Amino acid sequence: MENGKLIFRNIRSRSARIGLLLLTACCLLLTANAQNDGSEQNQNGRAGTFAIVGARIVTVSGATIENGTVVIQNGKIAAVGANAAIPAGAEKIDGKGLSVYPGMIDAATNLGLLEIGQGVNASVDIAETGSMNANARAIKGINPHSAHVEVTRVNGVTTVLSYPTGGVIAGQAAVINLTGATQDAMAVVPDFGLVINFPRISTFGGFGGGGRRTIEFSDAVKLRDKQLDELKKLFTDAENYLRARDAYAKDNTLPYTATDERNDAMAPYIRGERPVIFIAERERDIRGVAKFVAEHKLKGIIVGGMEAWKAADELKKNNISVVYTNIYALPVLDDNPYDELFVAPSKMQAAGLKYCISTGNDGAMVRDLPYQAGIAAGFGLSKEDALKSVTLYPAEVLGLADKMGSIDAGKIANLVVTDGDMLEPRTNVKYVFIDGRMMPLTSRHTELFDSFKDRK
Amino acid sequence: MRKAVVFLLMASMLAISPALILGQSRTDILIKNATVMTAVKGTLANTDILISNGKIAKVGKNLAAPAGAQVIDASGKYVTPGIIDCHSHSMLDAINEGTYSVTSMTRTRDVLNVTDIAIYRALAGGVTAANLLHGSANSIGGQNTVVKFKWGHPVEDFPIPDAPPGIKFAMGENVKRSTSFGPPGGTVRYPRTRMGVIETMRDAFLRARDYKKSWDDYKAGKIKVQPRKDLELEPLVEVLEGKRLIHAHGYRSDEHLNLLLLADEFGFRVGTLQHGLEAYKIAPEIAKRGTGVSIFTDFWGYKLEAYDAIPYDAYILWKNGVNVSINSDDDERMRRLNLDAAKVEKYGGVPEEEALKMITLNPAKQLGIDKRTGSIEVGKDADLVIWNGHPFSVYSRVETTMVEGEILFDRAKDAKMQQDMAKEREALEKLDVNKAPGSGGTQPKIPSERRRGDRDDAEFGDGGNQ
Repeated sequence: MENGKLIFRNIRSRSARIGLLLLTACCLLLTANAQNDGSEQNQNGRAGTFAIVGARIVTVSGATIENGTVVIQNGKIAAVGANAAIPAGAEKIDGKGLSVYPGMIDAATNLGLLEIGQGVNASVDIAETGSMNANARAIKGINPHSAHVEVTRVNGVTTVLSYPTGGVIAGQAAVINLTGATQDAMAVVPDFGLVINFPRISTFGGFGGGGRRTIEFSDAVKLRDKQLDELKKLFTDAENYLRARDAYAKDNTLPYTATDERNDAMAPYIRGERPVIFIAERERDIRGVAKFVAEHKLKGIIVGGMEAWKAADELKKNNISVVYTNIYALPVLDDNPYDELFVAPSKMQAAGLKYCISTGNDGAMVRDLPYQAGIAAGFGLSKEDALKSVTLYPAEVLGLADKMGSIDAGKIANLVVTDGDMLEPRTNVKYVFIDGRMMPLTSRHTELFDSFKDRK
Repeated sequence: MRKAVVFLLMASMLAISPALILGQSRTDILIKNATVMTAVKGTLANTDILISNGKIAKVGKNLAAPAGAQVIDASGKYVTPGIIDCHSHSMLDAINEGTYSVTSMTRTRDVLNVTDIAIYRALAGGVTAANLLHGSANSIGGQNTVVKFKWGHPVEDFPIPDAPPGIKFAMGENVKRSTSFGPPGGTVRYPRTRMGVIETMRDAFLRARDYKKSWDDYKAGKIKVQPRKDLELEPLVEVLEGKRLIHAHGYRSDEHLNLLLLADEFGFRVGTLQHGLEAYKIAPEIAKRGTGVSIFTDFWGYKLEAYDAIPYDAYILWKNGVNVSINSDDDERMRRLNLDAAKVEKYGGVPEEEALKMITLNPAKQLGIDKRTGSIEVGKDADLVIWNGHPFSVYSRVETTMVEGEILFDRAKDAKMQQDMAKEREALEKLDVNKAPGSGGTQPKIPSERRRGDRDDAEFGDGGNQ
């Protein structure tokens, strides 16, 4: 503002001053218009009190309100209902012909940890080196200014879990909202869960497969067992370390155990205070996870879960939920049913498993989340459950359903306003609110589009 | 003994031949009462399609079923032309001959695998034809094959006989990975820069021009000694003569434009720019030359040269009058090209029929097979897909796919096959040799799992082919 005054004072001629005044007024007017259609230019959005009036409100948690109001105030959903009271001074948004949905949540991405995966190593912060990386915290590697943030949220995904991938114990995943100029501003839960690449039987050889040389199945089992022993040792080492530290804290005459950052990072997970996220796909590996969770009394979440429905009994018994990431994947074996990975969510639903659908994507294509859920609805899942599988269910899997996942008063105002069914690829997103802020609908893509669309 | 084994093997192969399981010959088929999306003449409600001898014989209302015709009640269902994927590596047992920078003598036709399960899965996603391209490891790759996915047929039935021949060119990052090729410790393959790539192409065309001249001179009697046949240059001469289509992998608009300028210099038209995710930056230049562009709708950012990709690419190109198709380059994505087409309505507002064309008629035109396929018109091949809902709805799925009037995917029959397969697997798992390790069985070798991208990775260890 002071700069503006300075410029103004330096302009001598009266007519130029008037011209500038007019120009400023025009700019203000343009800005106001831009705000009205949701294309607010500030990339962190605009806070305020908003009332979306006369819209179809898909609460997800309860019945859909065909003609109702949602009030957004102080970053929260203040009220929702057919006749919700609109606070004085609220900015009204005409919701006629529009639908309001809770923002979608993708519970297994690497968003922000990697900009360009292939050939641009400098932009990749996804996998720490070494096998024991419990102290690697995704929240410290996420780039709040990644182009993926805007591209993802303008399609209605407002919250993601982002996790690191390197080693046996890969580090700690963060749950973030897709707005904020700093990592802390984005964080919903900065240190949400400990990520473990659960050792799997792979005839490709090497840890977690990926090697070229194929090995005998029996050797693959032995290799898995060895890796599992190593993982167990990492846990028992940490357990012993924490016991020794606790003992010393109570009795200083005992031998002192030197501080170990990695083992310290394990504490909340070993104590079952926070979830441990296991990457596992096949039934045998998932049953292995269930056993491991039971033995160590952990709070478990499976990411991947290709064959999770086959181990539903074990998973339910141990209170383990599943983040399913295999809609955009091919059946492993040639003779597996062509549609088995599309059908899997309906089988998890039928089995009473707690699950959600995720892209499992590293960033650029997280925006396809609604379509992945929609495909599952083409193959056995109800449309209602498909919608829940990317809203309320991920919130429940992450233990955040008190904060997000549905349109209920008191929850974080992460909302998406569309001109149709949110899971359909032809539907347009008209407004996005994150943390109660009206987000601009611009991104790297709209900017490049604007630059080139009229080139002759 | 060996003969018996071979006989059993052949018998079992015949037994799983889908054409036989489905019991299809070329009987007439009448599809009744469908919503028909023709891709050229709009969407027709409550319309019938009569298929005779593998061709679309009639399209209209209340058509009578000829004697013996199979009648499919498609009430509440949609029919579209079969999807054509203008960029695929399905069926290929090898993708890249990357040892030289110019491998125009190689042909994907020689490495077709008709047992690739990707064919069946593609049919289950509504894809009936594909452009099987050589990889993008070198500036001038091998010759492509345009096929119909005639699952269960012998290999010679797959290539479309009257499809014009083509060849893969490639530019940019993949080509520059010149140290990935050749023996360890050997010399680095030329080129390793975009400067070198375009010069490699120019050099090849200069050589092809000289080669053509030597033959022209020989044929005109100017020289007496017949020139030596050169398998590397023959296909490039065909390009110069306008008889062979270039399908040029590339991303950056500047390098794709350089290829177009090179084509101007030598006087031919480039068939398609493949990927072309920055093609929107040079849409007028592309439109002027009549070159097609075959893209991903919104797949982006997986490498630096895909970082300026935008989902509005299709719209800008379309608005400029460029023939746009949407491809998969991937066995997985191939099964959901209908949704990729749906997205171009969202990004920019391409009309529905134009979006449908991008996965049917437009790729048919790009591949020179539009006289026989790509739209629902009388006289064209009956390459058709029946969907249980609008093909652009995420909730819809393919019910039936036919190629030239032969039903090669049918969801009801697939369900039966799944049951049979499950029973067979259960029986097999009970056999002694198949018991789990350590449970007393005599364990045989178990084939390794096949995973997506494996074939490419096996050869170059550096991700896919995009």
